[in-house]
Amino acid sequence: MSTKVVKEESMVKQKEMIADHFKKLARAKEEGKKVVYTFVPGNLTELLLAFDCLTVHPEINALQSGMRKKSGEYIAEAERAGHSEDVCTYVKCDIGMLMKGNIGPTGEQLPEPDLLLLSYTGCYTFMKWFELLRERYDCPTVMLQVPYQGDGEITPKMVEYVSRQLREVLVPKLEEITGKQLDEARLQELLASSARSEENLVHVLESAKNRPSPIDAYFGGVYYIGPLFTAFRGTPAAEEYYRMAAEEVDQRVALGLGPVTPEGQLENERFRLVTEGPPNWTHFREFWKMFYDAGAVVVASTYTKVGGTYDRGFRHDPSRPFETLAEYCLGCYTNLNLPDRVNMIADYVRDYHADGFLINSVKSCNSFSAGQLVILRHVEEKCGKPGAFIESDLVDPRYFSPSNIKNRLESYFQMLAQRKGQKVTA
Amino acid sequence: MTLTDIIERCQALYDDLDFGYVDEWKARNPEGKAVGYLPTYVPRELIWAAGCLPVGIVGGGDQLEIVKGDACFQSYICHLPRSVVELGLSGRLDALDGMLFPATCDVIRNLSGIWKLYFPDKYVKYFDVPHNYDSRIGGEFYEDHLHEILAELEQLGGRKVSDDELRAAIRLYNENRRLAGEVYELRAKEPWRVPATDCYLLVRAGLILSPDEHCAMLREYLELVKLEDRPLRDNARVLVVGAFCEQPPLDLVRALEFAGCYVVEDDFLLINRWLGDTVDATGEPIHALSEAYLKTPAETSSRYVDDDGRKGRYLVDLVRKSGAEGVVFAAPSFCDPALLDRPMLQAALDAAGIGHTAFKYSENTGQLQPIREQAGTFADTIKLWGTA
Ligand code: SF4
Ligand code: SF4
Repeated sequence: MSTKVVKEESMVKQKEMIADHFKKLARAKEEGKKVVYTFVPGNLTELLLAFDCLTVHPEINALQSGMRKKSGEYIAEAERAGHSEDVCTYVKCDIGMLMKGNIGPTGEQLPEPDLLLLSYTGCYTFMKWFELLRERYDCPTVMLQVPYQGDGEITPKMVEYVSRQLREVLVPKLEEITGKQLDEARLQELLASSARSEENLVHVLESAKNRPSPIDAYFGGVYYIGPLFTAFRGTPAAEEYYRMAAEEVDQRVALGLGPVTPEGQLENERFRLVTEGPPNWTHFREFWKMFYDAGAVVVASTYTKVGGTYDRGFRHDPSRPFETLAEYCLGCYTNLNLPDRVNMIADYVRDYHADGFLINSVKSCNSFSAGQLVILRHVEEKCGKPGAFIESDLVDPRYFSPSNIKNRLESYFQMLAQRKGQKVTA
Repeated sequence: MTLTDIIERCQALYDDLDFGYVDEWKARNPEGKAVGYLPTYVPRELIWAAGCLPVGIVGGGDQLEIVKGDACFQSYICHLPRSVVELGLSGRLDALDGMLFPATCDVIRNLSGIWKLYFPDKYVKYFDVPHNYDSRIGGEFYEDHLHEILAELEQLGGRKVSDDELRAAIRLYNENRRLAGEVYELRAKEPWRVPATDCYLLVRAGLILSPDEHCAMLREYLELVKLEDRPLRDNARVLVVGAFCEQPPLDLVRALEFAGCYVVEDDFLLINRWLGDTVDATGEPIHALSEAYLKTPAETSSRYVDDDGRKGRYLVDLVRKSGAEGVVFAAPSFCDPALLDRPMLQAALDAAGIGHTAFKYSENTGQLQPIREQAGTFADTIKLWGTA
């Protein structure tokens, strides 16, 4: 491991984009901008940008609170107010943050929403989350129901249902709130821009097929998906970011370099892994360190598909704006059925030449977690590679036990080393 | 038949984790198939009209030893899916030719995928419901979905279903739900007459019995129960909410009564009353089923409430209608739908000045003493102060 701290240009660029977005949010009310709260899976950024709306993603608030070590306090606040200890901690973290003044990651207060856009994609909790939030805000809520892919396919009827809701429910509501008419040509431009960024995102993610992999597709992957999964899809800034990221990755491949970690360049790729499930945010760096210290690189992850399964070929298609947005929502990872998730993980293990796969099962998330033990066995059977199973949470620090996780990972890595005929190091 | 005979029959059906009735029914109906479904709602009319017996699977209760099911779910997932998997993997559901998994929550949703993986030769369907209540949008989607399921059931049952057969099934289930509703109304009016466990077992029997047989049973019960004199106790009248999926053990229902509560309304087995007798049995049947679903004012956690400010009002109305003096929130541990809804419902009750208490259970909860004490205190508070 080289200990030189490496900060790639694209990372700096992304930081600027995020800072700029939060500045805009802080000024939204005085500048008369409309603010829409919505979720990452099935987000409709291009459509909202076509109306010049600014977006707030409550899951991002929660994960940032987790990274800033604030989530424990927010969750406790929500539980004191009567929210059960059993339910998703993203919701409680967000509600706790709201109760404490809704201060965002830049230290400024987040503006209240003008619309709660309940993109009901791949997670039941979303529905309750916005039912809970709307009790606290004086603004309309739009439910956008995205049918689940129960039979593992997107049918024309599903696309029609979602696109009709977009056309006949959401667009009129956005027109009413913003006082603007939808400019379909502008929407198409935004969608075309998205497709260009998506192309580069896929290029970045697929670069992990190289040996060594130039990226970590889980811990590093969450940075790569950031702009496209949130407020920036369809923007020139996102396009520039993804161009830069793709170039950087190409350079790394040409030089045979491994991924950049918080402690510098990973120089000895010992294990290649696929991961399923979200990461833990409260101990993000500590968690990552357990991997790179052992020379383990994540070459593909399902988490980086929650906001779109672009690597399976989907691109926003400007020629069919509403249908393409519908297909996008329908295709997000948590909207896939279990057999399809099994296939996807097994395909990743094969296509990315992984030594095994790891499931991080988070207590919060029934959408991800219910059935993961069955996924584990079926993927093992399908790809013949060993899986490991660890448990933690997204933003509740009480459920991250570093020693348990470290022990589990160490024995897993030892087992992989033995299978690969590597010398076992403690 | 006496009342005791009826309840004993229901108890036997409840206790039979091998679902022997399904085999009996199939023996009597050699062409018939059986289709299981999970809580909370599926249109049983389609299943029945297709010549199949609808069988409600609501978990394994407190008598089922879980061996394989625990290996499928982490400790922080509710108990129901593990007992359902146990029932499946132990062969107890072999008589079922298919299963419907409704859009109740992400656990049941994912269970549909588990079923596809474990039982690739069976008919397995995720059953979606609309959250857009506009007939032209959500309704159209839902009608398409119902047509799709009907076509699949026709294939399973090996024959086409006519509109008349569908209308007959609608009439039968309307009647079935009306009768179940009558039992509930009687209990709300004279709770000493219909003990909570009897009421529970009676409607629970409707999850497995054929609808005609269940209707006959309900009618007979209603006739006999009116003749029975039972002592009136000084109990508090409560409404139980949150138990719409994983079921509390029967002893827990009994414990509430022993603790001094008359359960006058509950959401234990919603399917037996959901939509009431409101489905139009004269027009286009699929459209009628869809419209009834879209227009019902009934709320439960897995149904989006689209009118801001209305959340919880249905519960408040139900409290008033049933004459309940307080609400018991009984939710399965780790049940996101029930537990995420609870603070909103509690706020609505607070605003209406209705008292409440809350606890969690699982279908195999053995420790009932704390719940009994809590329910007892709640009942005492109501009796002393008129409100909790
Ligand atoms: S349940 Fe899972 S997908 Fe849903 S909000 Fe919570 S963490 Fe996100
Ligand atoms: S008990 Fe609750 S969480 Fe569990 S399956 Fe039923 S509705 Fe879902």
